[in-house]
Amino acid sequence: MADDVRTKPQQSANRIVNEPIPDATAGDGITGTGPLVYWRVFRTFVRNSLVRSMGFRANFWLECVSSVCWTIMNLVFFKIVFSYTDSIGRNTGWGENEFFVFLGTTWIITALIQTFVMPNAQEFSELIRTGHLDFALLKPIDTQFLISFPQMVWSNLANLFLGILLVGYAVLRLMADESNPLTLGFTQVGLYLFFILCGLVILYSVMIAMASTSIWLGRNQTLYTFWFYLTNFYRQPMEIYQQGMWGWTLWGFFTFVIPILLVVNVPARILAEPLRPGLDERTWSLAGLTLLVTLLMLGLSRWVFQAALTSYRSASS
Amino acid sequence: MTVWRSRVRLWWAIFRVSVEERLVYRGDFAFGTLMRFLPMLTQIFLWWAIFDAMAARPGETSDVNAIRIKGYNLHDMIAYMLLVMLARAFSSMPGLTSGIAGSIQKGEIKKFLIQPVDMLGSLLIQRIAHKLVYYLIAIGPFALVFFLCRSFFDAGFPAPDQLFGLVLALVGSFLLGFAMEACLGLVAFWLLEVTSLAFIFMLLTFFLSGHMFPLDLMPAPLDRLIGMLPFQYLAYFPSAVALGKVTGEDLVWGLVIQYLWVIGCWVLCRWLWVRGLVRYGGYGG
Repeated sequence: MADDVRTKPQQSANRIVNEPIPDATAGDGITGTGPLVYWRVFRTFVRNSLVRSMGFRANFWLECVSSVCWTIMNLVFFKIVFSYTDSIGRNTGWGENEFFVFLGTTWIITALIQTFVMPNAQEFSELIRTGHLDFALLKPIDTQFLISFPQMVWSNLANLFLGILLVGYAVLRLMADESNPLTLGFTQVGLYLFFILCGLVILYSVMIAMASTSIWLGRNQTLYTFWFYLTNFYRQPMEIYQQGMWGWTLWGFFTFVIPILLVVNVPARILAEPLRPGLDERTWSLAGLTLLVTLLMLGLSRWVFQAALTSYRSASS
Repeated sequence: MTVWRSRVRLWWAIFRVSVEERLVYRGDFAFGTLMRFLPMLTQIFLWWAIFDAMAARPGETSDVNAIRIKGYNLHDMIAYMLLVMLARAFSSMPGLTSGIAGSIQKGEIKKFLIQPVDMLGSLLIQRIAHKLVYYLIAIGPFALVFFLCRSFFDAGFPAPDQLFGLVLALVGSFLLGFAMEACLGLVAFWLLEVTSLAFIFMLLTFFLSGHMFPLDLMPAPLDRLIGMLPFQYLAYFPSAVALGKVTGEDLVWGLVIQYLWVIGCWVLCRWLWVRGLVRYGGYGG
């Protein structure tokens, strides 16, 4: 598929170095570590990256258009698929509207990861190769935080809005369904948002752990390729893998080892209730698993990151 | 005669250099090619789920393999996806558009203006060399995957006349792919920055060439429009020929139209080149 897709404009490797740490630390000379400092630094990251994106406004809009194009094509493909079938998989409940909730959720999660996580994971790899990570290590703030958030590619957020629109539209259609209407409460919407957050944390952990390996490998050019293959697996309802030896193996691998199948499946199931009425037992057990996995992955990625840092040899300095 | 002899010598020299250049990264290459088939796994499971759901509908035979979508059963669909990978190995031109645009931006095309070498011609020869090296290495992973998936090819190995048609269609898709992307690169004479344009073009190609799914599935008004565009000859047409979906007179006409598109795009390329040079500012070193 679109493998050589987005070669984002290469951003200069020493960005973190030039990034002014906000005056929070400057005023009284105290290198604060309270949560407030993190919030202020984060706000600076947001401001700087917005300024950077908006500096090339025409390019920004073209980038928005191109990512939206890709998403629309995706939608057209499934529109065509649903003109021939009325569900994906036998008795799975993933009918057109249920699946569109799923698809929209995929867009939301992918857009958020591509806006906030991917550019930084990529840049982290680059910092290690050039030795510029030194400057991040010297800053009086948590290094993982500092390398995780400085860059945001705002044009990727265009798909977030499309995702919200699609989910909204599909949910309304489901609620208007006369034979088996969907009823949503605040709890369900809250859980949906919560599990999207869990999914984001899982993906973030996977990508940061992957990027950390560049400390050992010297360079990790395949990061975007790896991301592309991951998205390929998580953007499908997990039921399609649940048949045959190969399918179950894949399912098991991407549920328990690299748990990316939970990322979209759990929130989408909670909101769309494919097996209405009510949420079935499987959804609940998957949700429980996701909660556990999220904490585990976050801890694991933190551990990999710090273990990798101890091997950092500071190239070229 | 001597003119031609020196020309052929020149082409041969460009060809040899390009071959050697490409052989440098062979290991990475073979592995990368194999990895490219990985998304096929998801495709197979997705199509299986779609056909299976169709088989489960009341009144259906409930045999997955008996279900057809516009003449494609599950096996055809998977075979098509594999064949599209083969066709795109011929027609995709990674780096061509950006390469041409880059040399216009940076002023590197000056060297073609003072040397007795034609830029488009030498790019074509380089591309042929790169592709040949690519096939030399990629034939391993391709053969492996096609062998593992042989049970999906219900019709078996294509008959001789079909095979001949397939070869012509693949060569045509290579030439067409080259001419179309070269045209896009030459637009840089006017726009300078074509990265976003190239990205949108790539997405369009992915969709309109049948890389995503067989074009037969397209709904009514869209299929007529797509039939009039050259994109289908980059992926759909060669694959459909290999599957035996296009035969006899249709095959001959298909090839004729494909090669007409090749000529048309090549002429456009030349025209853009000549017109572009008039505008060319020669920025940079």
